[in-house]
Amino acid sequence: MNPIHTVDYIRILPELVLTAFGIIVMMADPLLKPGASRKGLGLISLVGTGAAIAATFCQIAWMHRDAGFSQPGWFGMVRVDNFAIFFHLLIPAISAVCILASLEYLDAQNIRSGEYYALILFGTVGMVLMSSAIELVLIFIALEISSISTYVLAGYRRRTASSTESSIKYFLLGSFATAFFLYGVALMFGATGSTNTVEIRAALAAPNAPSLLAIAATALMIVGLGFKVASAPFHIWTPDVYEGAPAPIVALMSTGPKAAAFAVLLRVLFATTPTQWFWLIWISAALSMTLGNFGALMQNNVKRMLAYSSIAHAGYLLVAFAASSDLGISAAIFYTAAYAAMNVGAFAVVSHVAAGGERYVSVDDYAGLGRRSPLLAFTLTIFMLSLIGIPATAGFLAKYYVFNAALSATTHSGALIGLTIIGLINSAVASYYYLRLIVVMYMREPAIAEAPSRATGAMRLALILAAIATIYLGVIPGKVLKSSDAGARDINPPAAATGKVAQQVTPK
Amino acid sequence: MNDSGILTLVTFAPAIGAVVLMLLPRNDRTLRWTALIFSLLTFGFSLYLPLRFDHARSGFQFDINTNWIGQTIHYHLGADGISMWLVLLTTLLVPLGVLVSWKSIRDRVKEFFVLLLLLEMAMIGVFVALDMFLFYVFWEATLIPMALLIGMYGHERRVYAAVKFFLYTMVASVFMLAAIIWLYVHNAQHNFEYTAFRDLIATGAVSPAALQWLFLGFFIAFAVKVPLFPLHTWLPDAHVEAPTAGSVLLAGVLLKMGTYGLLRFCVGMFPAQSAANATWINILAVIGIIYGALVALVQPNLKKLIAYSSVSHLGFVVLGIFTLTQIGADGAVYQMLNHGISTGALFMLAGMIYERKHTYEFREYGGLATPMPVYATFFMLAVLSSVGLPLLNGFVGEFLVLSGTFASPMPHSMLFSILGASGVIWGACYLLWMYQKVFYGQIHHEENKTLPDIDGRERISLVPLVIMAVIMGVASPYWMKGIDPAVSATLPRLSAGTPGQGTIKLELKVNVIPAAPEKTAATSENKK
Repeated sequence: MNPIHTVDYIRILPELVLTAFGIIVMMADPLLKPGASRKGLGLISLVGTGAAIAATFCQIAWMHRDAGFSQPGWFGMVRVDNFAIFFHLLIPAISAVCILASLEYLDAQNIRSGEYYALILFGTVGMVLMSSAIELVLIFIALEISSISTYVLAGYRRRTASSTESSIKYFLLGSFATAFFLYGVALMFGATGSTNTVEIRAALAAPNAPSLLAIAATALMIVGLGFKVASAPFHIWTPDVYEGAPAPIVALMSTGPKAAAFAVLLRVLFATTPTQWFWLIWISAALSMTLGNFGALMQNNVKRMLAYSSIAHAGYLLVAFAASSDLGISAAIFYTAAYAAMNVGAFAVVSHVAAGGERYVSVDDYAGLGRRSPLLAFTLTIFMLSLIGIPATAGFLAKYYVFNAALSATTHSGALIGLTIIGLINSAVASYYYLRLIVVMYMREPAIAEAPSRATGAMRLALILAAIATIYLGVIPGKVLKSSDAGARDINPPAAATGKVAQQVTPK
Repeated sequence: MNDSGILTLVTFAPAIGAVVLMLLPRNDRTLRWTALIFSLLTFGFSLYLPLRFDHARSGFQFDINTNWIGQTIHYHLGADGISMWLVLLTTLLVPLGVLVSWKSIRDRVKEFFVLLLLLEMAMIGVFVALDMFLFYVFWEATLIPMALLIGMYGHERRVYAAVKFFLYTMVASVFMLAAIIWLYVHNAQHNFEYTAFRDLIATGAVSPAALQWLFLGFFIAFAVKVPLFPLHTWLPDAHVEAPTAGSVLLAGVLLKMGTYGLLRFCVGMFPAQSAANATWINILAVIGIIYGALVALVQPNLKKLIAYSSVSHLGFVVLGIFTLTQIGADGAVYQMLNHGISTGALFMLAGMIYERKHTYEFREYGGLATPMPVYATFFMLAVLSSVGLPLLNGFVGEFLVLSGTFASPMPHSMLFSILGASGVIWGACYLLWMYQKVFYGQIHHEENKTLPDIDGRERISLVPLVIMAVIMGVASPYWMKGIDPAVSATLPRLSAGTPGQGTIKLELKVNVIPAAPEKTAATSENKK
């Protein structure tokens, strides 16, 4: 067995840093008086996410120095390539913005406990690890770390029945889903004799690979991950869970774990032969977009509306998967970032408007927000426009790249043109319910008599960061696109290169 | 001197103004003056364009082309004779829009002028963008400020009108986006250049069936914007509910984005499909002319009448474009400018009376010529310009369009021109009738006897439009010398390689036009 080198520790540096900070928060919590504000712990966690991002930059520096760095390490279980780096930067950033939004939210809801922040950090560990793990068992462990944290966080408003319902529902259905994933892993092991994606890819590329078993394995894994990303027909849990969970946590779990699960889905799907699952993804994409958008049309609760909208966006993302080309992978990676920017921002606004006990979550409660708090209304407008896909916002470019990938595809081009048309019609339909919120904010008189509380500095910072990210990705996305392209090349190496990579990992 | 920066300056000067306004404190007076100064600055910058425009050169001028996103999406601006004058129309109407909003907008003044200036930026961008991606960005960007202007500052049913406007145009634009992406993917140069798309289609590499779908994708987006019958139903709602400045810019500029798109992109890129589809499009245009006029005849509401007159007038523009003749398209472009000026003036005048009486209903008016003589005079000039009285601008455009239709080798063109010409008569009917109902007769309402006449600010805002109406009526060659080559650069492609349409010849082309009436004389001689 290989000895563990320093470089291997660098490969999991962000995870180590986040875990350390999570433990610090857990240990500091009992030292504070019960009932005292836990803001300090939030700030420590914020530093933790910052440190994780710094650790990722350390990885980037290492990568530039040492070409072998982006090869599989840690006994072939982890691979920190451009693809992983992208998510290593994205996920802690999402967590940081969610923590910023939580600082105000927890005080407003009168929730005073430090584990909340620790759980966010541990969840982030899982998500970060999901993006760099290439060993299916490790992926499963990472998936569980992130899931269990979010199950608990979803039930954090424990005095409210809906929050508890949300947590239990998420936990039960989530456990089922991970079981499916585990079945898939087991079958894949049976089919190829390995749980390492690199070896699986090599084994399946062999002339007489056992295809049926591998297809069944892939299908089961798609079911498990489809649940995590809330794509139809595995989406039923989403509205209920999002409605009950604390708003900043919804901001996190609709973006972070989703991005990580999409990362896993990309690794898993493109490790096997791409075309075998084409129709599975096609149907799921078409269903997600349609059910998500039409479901959202009828919602009057903003959290439920955004839940359906997140189903729809999972559908758009799957269109990029169906394109199954470098262009498609790159578009999918970019989409996760764009969606994270706009959705975290939108839920941050929701968490502020909701106020104590999450009283104000219906569309009508947003009436006159343009007058009551111009900053909130203005940023929410940006996020809504981006979710619609109006040019000069992240959402537009993300959608554009997805449809561009679909129309550029060489295989299944007819089916993909059909999917693009479904997608475009869907985005036109979707504009109605997003627009409704803007209309209510600016064109109706306030319905709530109570004066709105001012957003705290942390909340303002969170909103401005998310808004800047949304505009940045929509106007000058060059840098981000470059790294998503690099990530796509790393994850989907040309067929000829596959064998070479496989040789390098085989144990000496 | 390097001219390449001027279009960027003209396009983004209003955006800079919007940012400055956002940062200013909420002092209404300061905000109004700042908005006015920035819109006037933009107008000043845009005057540079016709001064430096090289009429001897064809193609796009003031060109600027740099990479924007990666290698594929470019920041490419340029103007030819068509877009240059539409830019000037925009930059002229915006300061006037600021002036008419001076007193009528009292609430949320800052947001109003920010939106107005952002709208101006997007509108100018639409006319000068030569990268199709950039064009789409600007195209969609006009939507939000306009919908918000209607929804936040409009009248009673403003929310309904704003949402309807937004959804109509949004849904239609999506089809254009699909067509743009399709063309990008199949374009060997892998960019969004307008010329690259045009050349791709001209090579014949794309199958006719695909071209037909692509043509329809573009067409539907533009037809909704124009609006072409039967897609026009958002327009009366939007106009009636919009604040005055919103109506002026909606009628004056936003509708022209549709006709501009039809000419530049539908006809310019898809000559064969334009010819093949021209008949039914012309039928819709003629229905629009007559239907718009008939509905305008029975309106009891001043603003609704003007709105339906827009449907009718824009029908002329579409008819002119899809005659696919030089004269018809020249006239269509000229009519775009005319309509911006005359209908812009009419909406401003309607807004002024609304500020005094808070109603647009005819039954509240009558006999206003006595208490408000200056107002009545301006109104008369705007009406006559819109009717198309010779020596005023409307006449030149309508005449060119109709003679182009008459001379067009397309099937049934004679019928179209006769039916279209009836629209001119209808136009005179409803507009003069409207004038009679508002200004002549006895004053039925006591309070109307003491209505104050328009003040200095209102006069200043009307004078430029009236002067332009007269100048454009008598000195059309000044505009035509820029428009004509640009139109002919867009059109001639149809004479080549259009199966079954070989009859189209461009013998009607007139290079130097001494004056409009003589031009038509030459036309009919050519015809013989």
